[in-house]
Amino acid sequence: MSKNQSSNSNTQLSAPKRSLLRFLTCGSVDDGKSTLIGRLLYDTKSIFEDQYEAIKQSSEQRGEQGVNLALLTDGLRAEREQGITIDVAYRYFSTPERKFIIADTPGHIQYTRNMVTGASSANLAIILIDARHGITEQTNRHSLIASLIGIKHVVVCINKMDLVGYSKEVFEKIRNEFEEFSTKLQIVDVQFIPISALSGDNVVDKSKNMPWYGGSTLLYLLENIHVSGDENLIDCRFPVQYIIRPINDEYHDYRGYAGKIAGGIFKKGDSVMALPSGFVSKIKSIETADGPMEEAEPGMSVTLLLEDDIDISRGDMLVRENNQPENGQDIDMMICWLNEKKLVVGGKYAIKHTTQDARCVIKDVHYKININTLHRIEDDKNIGLNDIGRISIRTTRPLFFDSYRKNRHTGSMILIDEATNETVGAGMII
Amino acid sequence: MPVKNIYLKELEDESIYVLREVAAQFERSALLFSGGKDSIVLSYLARKAFAPSKIPFPLMHIDTGHNFPETITYRDEWVKKIDARLIVRYVQDSINKGRVKEETGYNASRNLLQTATLLDSIEELKLDACMGGARRDEEKARAKERFFSHRDEFGQWNPKNQRPELWDLFNGRKNMGEHFRVFPLSNWTELDIWQYIKEEEIPLPNLYFTHQREVIERDGQLLAKSDYLNLRETEKGKMMQVRFRTIGDMTCTGAVLSEASTIDEIVAEVAASRVTERGTRSDDKRSETAMEDRKKTGYF
Repeated sequence: MSKNQSSNSNTQLSAPKRSLLRFLTCGSVDDGKSTLIGRLLYDTKSIFEDQYEAIKQSSEQRGEQGVNLALLTDGLRAEREQGITIDVAYRYFSTPERKFIIADTPGHIQYTRNMVTGASSANLAIILIDARHGITEQTNRHSLIASLIGIKHVVVCINKMDLVGYSKEVFEKIRNEFEEFSTKLQIVDVQFIPISALSGDNVVDKSKNMPWYGGSTLLYLLENIHVSGDENLIDCRFPVQYIIRPINDEYHDYRGYAGKIAGGIFKKGDSVMALPSGFVSKIKSIETADGPMEEAEPGMSVTLLLEDDIDISRGDMLVRENNQPENGQDIDMMICWLNEKKLVVGGKYAIKHTTQDARCVIKDVHYKININTLHRIEDDKNIGLNDIGRISIRTTRPLFFDSYRKNRHTGSMILIDEATNETVGAGMII
Repeated sequence: MPVKNIYLKELEDESIYVLREVAAQFERSALLFSGGKDSIVLSYLARKAFAPSKIPFPLMHIDTGHNFPETITYRDEWVKKIDARLIVRYVQDSINKGRVKEETGYNASRNLLQTATLLDSIEELKLDACMGGARRDEEKARAKERFFSHRDEFGQWNPKNQRPELWDLFNGRKNMGEHFRVFPLSNWTELDIWQYIKEEEIPLPNLYFTHQREVIERDGQLLAKSDYLNLRETEKGKMMQVRFRTIGDMTCTGAVLSEASTIDEIVAEVAASRVTERGTRSDDKRSETAMEDRKKTGYF
């Protein structure tokens, strides 16, 4: 059952410095997302025998030809029945180079909110285009969301090349069209790969059917792309998440501010300012359960101890005195609406922003975006499910924030319907 | 000892963030502890997240009465070691009260009955959040879980209408009587768990290591012979060299043939394995969507 059937094994053990890449896959219904993921998992030997047997059985029961790799990711009953992906499914695989977290997101229009969910934690997006159909409305929408949500790397996979005779012309035509469209977007890095997820061309192994393509395979690209510069390493931001105060004699005066670094590098001895109080103190130490650290960078969960005993609680933020975030109650942002109930101008919503809770009122809708042309629609201010627009809000108390482009953590917020407690809006501060 | 692997450190940071978020957003939370490796790692991370304070919530064990005795011994030692508070609730009590009925037949198991005991305990203790060690790589229905997963007043999960979860902003708002299930280890895989256990030198129940045991071969599985397992006439126990990849009830957790006696050997074995760990669980094999169906009614 175990030892002697080795395959993808030992290489994983001796790789001490692997990093993590989070990416999402998006595309229209039937573009073959689930098949592509199935292919990545299958060809990197991340599918286990019992999983493979299970989907093989299901495929046979449904009278399908061959093994339907899409069944690997379509986990819910309704998805299997309808053959579509309803919700974000997370998948994991590793190679000796990297560990990958995939968010497989729905292509269906009514589930676009789930794409936003998947995109918010991703470094990279794979956009799938069916070579037979070229760019569609969904492609535009997904590209726009990826750009808006700050994904800096996009890989456009032109899929089903086997169905267009592996034609170089088809590939280039779609590439040119996409390039023209994407100049209006803020994506730093776009790459194109012609693939067939079904037969595996250029996914893990180089295609023999497309000698005209000189680029790398999808997996090679995923393993080697640089994403380390995506965090903000300049502007120090530490939203206080939780106060640690041990109740025993040994740690009588211990008062630790626990949280995750949202930006910049914090060093022992640094002078910091607490917001909103404005008190200034010095970092006495940066603690973790494994002992103190000299410095901490974005993404790390640490506990800061200060030299002075000042009043700080959850929702407060530690920053540098000479590099403060914006501070105010009137905020402009792009909003992606996630709920069937439309956004109400004048309506009040609860907010979560960093570790703060607040409330807000919607002051104004400035425009809605036509997701096909990226044009601003100024005369239709109805923001409903899946719409994206620019709004102004006023909050019940001042927030400390940055523009989303400067910092994804301090520039994002969610809006919550106070009656249903549902998360209804995803806001990105301008 | 600091974590060496960069990606393990990233996973650790993320889980600690989620654990702290639970402590900050909820008033009465508990960490569901089964004595399996995932809940051991989760409670270990909870210790780290709040050090040098004590863990600000109790561990809760839903005891089916069909545990391996080794699990209970380990549990009591571990709780002392990490200085945590333990609450135990028993499925037997739910049976005695007539809340649930014991299954009969050869594949009888108390796995499903746990749900009633768990939901009753949540009500009794007025818990507003229960953390669990479930991982998304375990099973296809779990692959769709959120970190903060909302449950209605009946403890039900509605997979078709889950709250969108954006960035690291977790929405734990709820009405009276509703609660959350929280899964801080969502992004870990089985191999990540083992490598972390290895690097952090976390002690484990000896069931995970190779030992001689009398087992029954049934439907391709090796089940531990015990008083709780109903035997067919033709079934006979056989001594084998085995270990367990997951630890659940004695009635539904299959052993694997293995000589692995150290963590290093286990990591090598898991990395080379071509079968998922849930493949050793007969509770998942009842139907194609067995896990989804159980989760909808309040199972973990």
